Amino acid sequence: MTESVSKPAIKAAVEARLAKRYRSEARFRSLGLAAIFSAVAILVILLGSIGMQSLPAYTANEIFLEVDLDRDLVDPQGDGSEVSLREGSYARVLQNAMREQFPEVRARRDLRQLFQLYTALNAPRLMDEVIEDPSLVGTRYRFRMPLSDDMDLYLKGELLDQSETRMNTALRAEEEGRSIALVSDNAGFATLLENQRAALRNEAVALGASADELDLRVQAAGDEDVSALVDRIANLRERQQGLLDWADAEDGVFRLDDTLPSVIVEMAGGAYKLDGVSVDGTRATGRAVVQPESQSADSWNLLVVDVPESRRRSSDNQLVWSRVLRDRGVIEEHTNRYLFGNADSREPELAGVRGALHGSILTILIALILSVPVGVFAAIYLEEFAPKNPVTDLIEVNINNLAAVPSIVFGMLGLAVFINVFGLPRSSPVLGGLVLSLMTLPTIIIATRAAMKAVPPSIRDAALGIGASQTQTVFHHVLPLAAPGILTGSIIGLSRALGETAPLLMIGMVAFIAETPSLDIEGMTQPATVLPVQVFLWYDGAERAFEPRAAAAIMVLLGLMISFNALAIYLRHKFERRW
Amino acid sequence: MSETNSKVEVRDVDVFYGDKQALNSVSIDIPKNSVTAFIGPSGCGKSTFLRCLNRMNDTIEGARVEGSIKIDGEEINDKHLDPVILRARVGMVFQKPNPFPKSIYDNVAYGPRIHGLAQSSDELDDIVEQSLRKAGLWEEVSDRLSHPGTSLSGGQQQRLVIARAIAVNPEVILMDEPCSALDPIATARIEGLIDELRENYCIVIVTHSMQQAARVSQQTAFFHLGDLVEHGPTETIFTNPREQKTQDYIMGRFG
Ligand SMILES: Nc1ncnc2c1ncn2[C@@H]1O[C@H](COP(=O)(O)OP(=O)(O)O)[C@@H](O)[C@H]1O
Ligand SMILES: [Mg+2]
Repeated sequence: MTESVSKPAIKAAVEARLAKRYRSEARFRSLGLAAIFSAVAILVILLGSIGMQSLPAYTANEIFLEVDLDRDLVDPQGDGSEVSLREGSYARVLQNAMREQFPEVRARRDLRQLFQLYTALNAPRLMDEVIEDPSLVGTRYRFRMPLSDDMDLYLKGELLDQSETRMNTALRAEEEGRSIALVSDNAGFATLLENQRAALRNEAVALGASADELDLRVQAAGDEDVSALVDRIANLRERQQGLLDWADAEDGVFRLDDTLPSVIVEMAGGAYKLDGVSVDGTRATGRAVVQPESQSADSWNLLVVDVPESRRRSSDNQLVWSRVLRDRGVIEEHTNRYLFGNADSREPELAGVRGALHGSILTILIALILSVPVGVFAAIYLEEFAPKNPVTDLIEVNINNLAAVPSIVFGMLGLAVFINVFGLPRSSPVLGGLVLSLMTLPTIIIATRAAMKAVPPSIRDAALGIGASQTQTVFHHVLPLAAPGILTGSIIGLSRALGETAPLLMIGMVAFIAETPSLDIEGMTQPATVLPVQVFLWYDGAERAFEPRAAAAIMVLLGLMISFNALAIYLRHKFERRW
Repeated sequence: MSETNSKVEVRDVDVFYGDKQALNSVSIDIPKNSVTAFIGPSGCGKSTFLRCLNRMNDTIEGARVEGSIKIDGEEINDKHLDPVILRARVGMVFQKPNPFPKSIYDNVAYGPRIHGLAQSSDELDDIVEQSLRKAGLWEEVSDRLSHPGTSLSGGQQQRLVIARAIAVNPEVILMDEPCSALDPIATARIEGLIDELRENYCIVIVTHSMQQAARVSQQTAFFHLGDLVEHGPTETIFTNPREQKTQDYIMGRFG
């Protein structure tokens, strides 16, 4: 048959096929590369966005406050005993120190705002420090506490959009009845005035556009009842006119109120909040939030906070005080020691991941101690010693099923059995570890069996053939060869357990826990939470400052997992070298 | 114990894999200090029979061995007898070299260790050296005993496996096609080795090479479809077989 086909023809056919094969190989390779690149890109984007989100959590603005630990306040019984020190009014001590910073603040409302620059939880912290070192009583002490979360974000530029302009012209303050007039001979307020007016006009245009739209609807309506629409149109037109009148105020003063962006002038160490600007841009009126050192200055700061005061939680006063304290060096930005030093807290500025980190470590340790030996020995028994009968078949099928059971079911099991029947302490790492080990067990059993099956039968034969018993064969030859696979399986199972949230919610590990469990036997029965649950809790938190902290907790969780996997890879290499 | 010089006496052995019968009533005497070759077309039950002699069939799910197998007059096909002890007396070399993924030294020392044959590490060193010498491997590996056994060439690995079997001082060595994965030069070395070992051991070798059987064995047994067709001195089997089937197989008419 082959004789009828000439040799060159065969060669051509082979070459054609070869070219096709090369093409399909190249196609396959590029597809593979594309898959890997997109996977890596997605991962990088994911990690990058979480990492970016977490950045504000790593530093904290802290108030270094000179507090006067007045004997009468902190040691009411006067004997320096711990009982007495516990009765001291540390909140007052802090308040006094804040008032010392801003003596001009007198009104009750203003004082309350001033004391909101830090959380009340700092008073017990100060108490702890005094009890730790009673010799502080009667001295002035530099107390370190975090700035409130909102102000912290504000100073980091994360909370509000604002523009800050440095003006290098002269400005002087003049008393004018109950308020202050700021005079700038070179019309330093002209640009400000233009911007504010433009903003009002834009708003007026927007209102006019909505009114026009409604007009069209009225015209198209025919004989329907349009009186409601007509009313709305009239209302819009009226508001539009109001804004235009306001913007074009001809009577000499442009009024600034709390529905417009806040305008603050900082000069000579003090700050004024403006409530009006003259239309020629040379004068502004307002009130002093912080008294300046002198009545005139050669340069000043014009600060415009875009969000009007009426539409945010923090007042202009608080913004100004934070800025001034920072300028005075009382507020400094440092690495966030609370993030890694504290457990959870209701206040974001005091909240940290340490409690959850310890909880995770303890929980996973227990899961590891329970599930790895039990899983490996169960697998060895099933693989090597179990007789083949319907009972072992049933067990085998069920182990495979168990691996597919949704994790929350294990949480329900933990609740029903471990808490209600065995009475294990709720929210504790022991309980969490038990539940997670149940979840991990099937994974480990399956991985171990697969790893043992993968050991070449010739090795088994060799050992048996030389007179090794079944047990010796398993422990001397099969297990060492299966160890890398067992390790990988266990690590995968435990990594999954480390990131597990659902079953732990069921057994109360979602509770708010402000104590860090100790990393020892005792800590295993103390209430705890774990990192993924902490992330869940924080993302749910009302305060915006919890968001970067939640992202930081994710980074810690990822770090923990990476070190876990690194350990696994290291151990793998160590074992594999013996092959 | 019988007065003959046979080491292994097999009577009416049937082997079943589940319902399938693989050996039909095999009876044979295997003599001491000689090499007995099993030949026959593949699938005829040579390996199965070999595995009866050290109870390796026990490790196969569903395998069943019936009949009487005696070594030195002692019944070994007895569920109450621990096969572990038997396998120390009856070593085995497999078709594919299967050294442990450990060092050369540990490969040879493993058997003596688990059977407690050496009282001291010096003694163990000695056993390892003697075994490697007997297997003709000492010269080649004495300077790299700590290297992995799997780093050796195929022929060296097979000699290492033989050394490993020798190290527990067995009485019988079973070899299942020990040269089928080796090149001619390595094969020649193994054959020479088998010839040397014959002085001290009873050797049973499965081979599908007629020439090999003729070269190394004194006794030959021919299996066909689970039956032991004929057995006797190798010369007789090759030059003057009684059965037509044996004749046909040896002449290469089937196989
Ligand atoms: N583990 C086993 N399970 C079932 N059948 C087997 C098994 N091992 C061998 N057999 C069967 O037993 C017969 C003999 O096999 P074997 O002893 O390996 O032959 P040989 O070694 O002579 O080539 C063959 O038909 C084979 O299919
Ligand atoms: Mg065979």
